[in-house]
Amino acid sequence: MWIALGILAWVAGWALNVWLAGRARSRATALAVPVVFGLTIVIVWEAVVRGFGISPVLLPAPTAIAAEFGQSAGVLWEDFVQTVLKGALSGYVIGCGAALLTAVVVDRFDFLRRGLLPVGNFVAALPIVGTAPILVMWFGFDWQSKAAVVVVMVFFPVLVNAVEGLRDTSVMQRDLMRTYAAGYWTTLLKLRLPAAMPFIFNGLKIASTLALIGAIVAEFFGSPIRGMGFRISTSVGLLALDLVWAEIVVAALAGSAFYGGLALIEKAVTFWHPSQRGQG
Amino acid sequence: MRSVLPVLTVVAVILGLWYAASVWLNAQWALDMAARQDRELGGIALVLDTWSQDKPKLPAPHQVAAELWKTTIGQNITSKRSLVYHGWVTLSATLAGFGLGTVLGISLAVGIVYNRVMDMSVMPWVIASQTIPILAIAPMIIVVLNAMGISGLLPKAMISMYLSFFPVVVGMVKGLRSPSRMQLDQMRTWSATRPQEFLRLRLPASMPYLFASMKIAMAASLVGAIVGELPTGAVAGLGARLLAGSYYGQTIQIWSALFMAAIVAAGMVGLIGLIQRVTLKRMGMT
Repeated sequence: MWIALGILAWVAGWALNVWLAGRARSRATALAVPVVFGLTIVIVWEAVVRGFGISPVLLPAPTAIAAEFGQSAGVLWEDFVQTVLKGALSGYVIGCGAALLTAVVVDRFDFLRRGLLPVGNFVAALPIVGTAPILVMWFGFDWQSKAAVVVVMVFFPVLVNAVEGLRDTSVMQRDLMRTYAAGYWTTLLKLRLPAAMPFIFNGLKIASTLALIGAIVAEFFGSPIRGMGFRISTSVGLLALDLVWAEIVVAALAGSAFYGGLALIEKAVTFWHPSQRGQG
Repeated sequence: MRSVLPVLTVVAVILGLWYAASVWLNAQWALDMAARQDRELGGIALVLDTWSQDKPKLPAPHQVAAELWKTTIGQNITSKRSLVYHGWVTLSATLAGFGLGTVLGISLAVGIVYNRVMDMSVMPWVIASQTIPILAIAPMIIVVLNAMGISGLLPKAMISMYLSFFPVVVGMVKGLRSPSRMQLDQMRTWSATRPQEFLRLRLPASMPYLFASMKIAMAASLVGAIVGELPTGAVAGLGARLLAGSYYGQTIQIWSALFMAAIVAAGMVGLIGLIQRVTLKRMGMT
């Protein structure tokens, strides 16, 4: 019964999407198609779990997760504050701020740029999460160590992107600033920083997902008795998978909100850039 | 070649800072020990002591190098103490995940490029999937797959796969769409079929994009494999070495595992870069 319903939902969802995609491309269809797809997946998931009688220890049904989400909202909120607001966000602000200041300095001295950029590119490819146990040892179990991990993780991607962005002005534009008798700082503020914004936001977006990952993984190496990483690893041990999935929903919502917020700010700041123009 | 001197300078400065930091961080412990043994410790002796402790807060670079040497060259590679053994455990999971992720990524990209419905419904979710901190659910994936009787390499590879498919999808979609209108029209004037168009035009055109994303995917895949080893309880692999080191306060062991991971990552990314150079050269694209 449930299996048939699942297959039916899949076919219906797909047919609806084919019909929607065949229509003229507009904002509504661009939004509706992925939503329909997502809903279909959730319905099929529910149907499969019920139809095949999958044990909740392996994969809880979406309805069970939603129920758990409502039931333990208090715990989830506490974990959210501990991990996202205290750990990830403070580390993100410190790390990105430090990276941007460093980028301006690096950009000023060509020697530094040629030396630091290859090193930065190299470090950005390394598994930096691995420093988590060391930083937890240095800064203790509370959120300070999580913030430190986040700082280290976001620093290099933002630095590399910002340095690249600061170079993204043409000689003509810089010459024009010189004919206006603009000094270094005026040129930096009025021309080069705005021109670097698309690159900087690219780095900030990459860093936003890294920040959440860093804060959660650092909790696996030791944490106070709250926090999303702590809750996930202990609940897995207790086989309370519906709580784990509820934490994942929180993490996904936080991650998407973070990313979406950055995208909105980017849209407002870089409205002049070709990738943002003519979209609406 | 012009950047050799600056890079060397920066590396030298980092090493210098590292030595200075290890003096600063380890001095307290050295002074405490000396006070307990009624010894005077100062000047050169203090500095030397901070660079040769057993469990320092921050081991000096030469200590890490010595540990790396001891655990790679000095050990039989089948021994559990050998970092080569642990590195291989992690690397095999990384490569399996990377392979699966690349295949999944390419096939999704082909679907997205050729099917408008898939483009509109799957692409936003591919992007959304990366805002979920997947590493956070690594423990659950491992435990659940273990409960289903799948253990060992595969669960770690699944996490690596999830992390590595995304850059490949994004890069390949961009690459497969990189041929211009004119080139596509040219193919049509030769009455090329769709498979021909794909094999002769789109696929070759996407190669530079594929290699660029494969480098990112490899780095991500290694991170996935390392984190995937954490919840299995420190059995084998670089992640297990990190966890065991943090349990027992063996900082030198943590740092050497970290450097081993860095070496593996750099080696793998370098290897892809080499393949990229050879392939693109033979295709006449450089």
